[in-house]
Amino acid sequence: MIGPRSVLRRAFDAVDRGLDRTLGPSLNPMDRLGALGFFFYWIVAVSGIYLFIPFDTGVHGAYASVERITHAQWYAGGVMRSLHRYASDAMVAAMLLHMAREWAHDRYRGVRWFSWLTGVPVLWLLYVSGITGYWLVWDKLAQYVAIASSELLDWLGVFGEPVARNFLAPDALSDRFFTLLVFMHIAVPLFLLFAMWIHLQRISRPKVNPPRALAAATLAAMLAVSLWRPALSQGPADLTTVPSEVGLDWFYLLLYPLIDLWSHGWIWGLLAAFTVMLLAMPWLPPFRRARAAEVTLAQCNGCGRCVDDCPYNAVTLVPRRDGRPFSHEAQVDPGLCAACGICMGACPTSTPFRRSSALATGIDLPERSLTWLRERVLAVTGGTKSGSGVLAFACSHAADTGALVSAGAGVVQLPCVAMMPPSLIDFVLSRELAAGVLVVGCAESGCHHRLGVAWMRERIAGARDPYLRARVPRERLATVWAGPSDAGRVIAAHDELKARLAGLAVAAPARRAVS
Amino acid sequence: MSPALRYALTFAVMLAATAGIAALSDWPLYRHHPADMAQVKLSFSHGSDRKAGCRPATAEELAKLPPNMRRPVVCPRDRPSVRIEADLDGRPLLRAEIRAGGIAGDGPARLYRKFSVPAGPHVLDLRLSDTGRAEGFDYTGRMEVALAPAQNFVVDFRPAEGGFVAR
Ligand code: HEM
Ligand code: SF4
Ligand code: SF4
Repeated sequence: MIGPRSVLRRAFDAVDRGLDRTLGPSLNPMDRLGALGFFFYWIVAVSGIYLFIPFDTGVHGAYASVERITHAQWYAGGVMRSLHRYASDAMVAAMLLHMAREWAHDRYRGVRWFSWLTGVPVLWLLYVSGITGYWLVWDKLAQYVAIASSELLDWLGVFGEPVARNFLAPDALSDRFFTLLVFMHIAVPLFLLFAMWIHLQRISRPKVNPPRALAAATLAAMLAVSLWRPALSQGPADLTTVPSEVGLDWFYLLLYPLIDLWSHGWIWGLLAAFTVMLLAMPWLPPFRRARAAEVTLAQCNGCGRCVDDCPYNAVTLVPRRDGRPFSHEAQVDPGLCAACGICMGACPTSTPFRRSSALATGIDLPERSLTWLRERVLAVTGGTKSGSGVLAFACSHAADTGALVSAGAGVVQLPCVAMMPPSLIDFVLSRELAAGVLVVGCAESGCHHRLGVAWMRERIAGARDPYLRARVPRERLATVWAGPSDAGRVIAAHDELKARLAGLAVAAPARRAVS
Repeated sequence: MSPALRYALTFAVMLAATAGIAALSDWPLYRHHPADMAQVKLSFSHGSDRKAGCRPATAEELAKLPPNMRRPVVCPRDRPSVRIEADLDGRPLLRAEIRAGGIAGDGPARLYRKFSVPAGPHVLDLRLSDTGRAEGFDYTGRMEVALAPAQNFVVDFRPAEGGFVAR
C-alpha cells in the first residue's frame, strides 16, 4: 500500500542515502536529529545565561539592554543573541524532522509508545519556551506576540482578570508582570530539559551527543551565520500603536496568523485535537505486536551479552533463582521487548550446528525462534550441498528483496539482521548449503532497531561477541546496508558477489583436491 | 572521499541549513493589521452596583434573624449585568450585556473588544448601565478623536475618574 507514510519514508530514505554517500553515515545529520536537538539545547542554554547577565528585567529597560547587548558588543553579546535565536529555531526544525522520521519509519508504537508519548510534552514545552522568549525583547514583535498570546489564553477563562489587559496601555504594564514573564522563560526551558530526560528513559544507549565532527561543523556554521546575519530587534514596543507588520519567527509562530483568521475557540480546538491525536497514535490500528523474547534458564549462563545488545533495555540480569552455579540470569520485560531478536543473535548458546531438531538457546523469540530460522535456511536452500546459489539474510525493514528472488537468490527475512547469530553464516557456508551469503540490513543511518546494523558489522569484523569465526571464507560473504530507496544497490551487491563466486568456483576444485 | 573533504561538506550542509533557518526566523513579514487602519479597543473590568438589587426586608425575614443581625434591607450576593453600547460616527459599534464574572456572579463584569477602523477623525459615543436597570444608562461619554494609521486607541471604564476614559 502506498500511503503517506511510505511516501515520507522513501523521501527520508532518499535524503539519508544522499547524505550517507557524501558525508558518510557518521556525519549524517538526519541520523542524529535527537542528538542535534540536545546539542542545540546546550547552545541555547549557554548563550541564554550569557545574555541574562546584562539583561534588564524591567519593562522600561529591557529593550534598551537588548539593543546594547546586540550592538555595543556585536562580536560577543550580538553573536550570543544570534546563537540563542538560531539554535532555538534549529531545535524546532530538528524536533519536527525527528518526529516525522520516527513516524515514517514506524518507530513510534508497540514498545516505543513511551518515547513517542513523552515526546509530546517536549514539543509543547519547546514551543512555550520559545514563545515566551520573544516577549522579553519588548520590541514590536514582542508586543504582537504578547498581546496575541494573552488574548488566546484569555479565551480559556482560567485567569480571573484578562491577561491581555496588562498590555492595554503603557501605564498598564508593570515591572512585576514583566519579571514574571522573564521567570517563565527560565522555568519552562528547565522543565523542557527534564521532559527531554524522561523522553530517553526507555532507550538503551541513546545518542544524545552528535559525533564531535558533526557538532563542530554545526557550531561553526551557526557562528558564521550569526556573524553574517545577526538576530535583531524590530523597533521598541509601543502600546499606543498596533504593530501592523512584523517579521515572524516561522518556527515558533507559524500558527499566529491563524489567530487573526479563526476564532480563539477554533485555535484551541485545533491544538487540542492535534495533541490528542499525537498522544493516541501509538495505540491506533493496525495492531501488530509480536510476542516478546523468552529466556530458557537451562541454557542461560548469565553472561549478559543479550543485556548489552538489546536496543530497548528490555533484558536485565537478575540474581540466579534456579540454584545453578551462576550468579545471574537474564530476564525479559515483555512490555519493553520489540521482538527484534537481537538478543538471540547475541547469545553464545544460539548455534545452528546442533543435531537436535529443536534448537535450545538461552533467549529466543517464540514466533521467530532459532529452530524456525534454521528450518527456513534449509527450506530456502533445499537443505543439500547444492552449492552454487546465493543465500540472502535480509532485514524486513531494509530495501525490498523482490529483485533478489527474481535473480535466483534464496532470501530469509528477519525482523533485524542482528537476530542472526554469526554461526548461522558459518553453518550455511561450511555445510555448502549456498556458495555465498549476502547480508542485507537497513542503511547504516536508518537501522529500524537502532543498533542492529552496528552490532552485526562488529560481529562480522570480530570486534563484538559473538563474532564470526575466522574460518568462514570472507570472499563468500557480502554485506549491504540499504534502505527502502536502495533496492538497486542490493541487486548490485548480489551481482558482484555472484561474479566473485564464479571466479572462486574455477579455483575451488583445485583446493579440494589438495585437502 | 578524504576525511577533510567530508568535514568540509558537512560544514557546507550545516551552513546551508542554518542560513535557511536564520532567514525564516524573521522573514517573510506578516501583515497583522492593514496599514491605513487604526484600532479602537474597548476594555474594562468593572464590578456593577450590587446595591441596585437591594430591597427592604419584610417583617417575617427580620423576625427570623438574631436581633444584632437585623438590617432593614436585604441585598443579593450576585451583581447585575453591565449593559454597554458604543456608536462610532453615529453607527452602532457594540451592543452588549455582560454578566458579572466569578462563579457566584459576584465578580466584576469584563470586556475586551478590538475594532479596526479607518484612520481619520471619529466620534465615539459610549453608554453604560451598571445598576441592572432596564431603561436608560448610568454613564455616558463622547470622545472626538483623530486617529492616525496604526494608532491603538484604548477606552477603559473607571467610575472613580467619572466613567469612560481614554488611555
Ligand atoms: C527537541 C525535542 C526532542 C529531542 C531533543 C529528542 C531526542 C531524542 C533522542 C536523543 C532519542 C534517541 C535516539 C537514538 O538514540 O536513536 C529520541 C528517540 C525518540 N524520540 Fe525524540 N526527541 C525530541 C522530541 C520528540 C518528539 C516531539 C517525538 C514524538 C512525539 C519524539 C519521538 C521519539 C521516538 C518515538 C523515539 C524512539 C526511537 C526508537 O526507539 O527507535 N521525540 N529522541
Ligand atoms: S527481542 Fe531481545 S533484543 Fe529485541 S527488544 Fe526483545 S529482549 Fe531486547
Ligand atoms: S546472552 Fe544468553 S546466556 Fe547470556 S545472559 Fe543472555 S540469555 Fe543468558
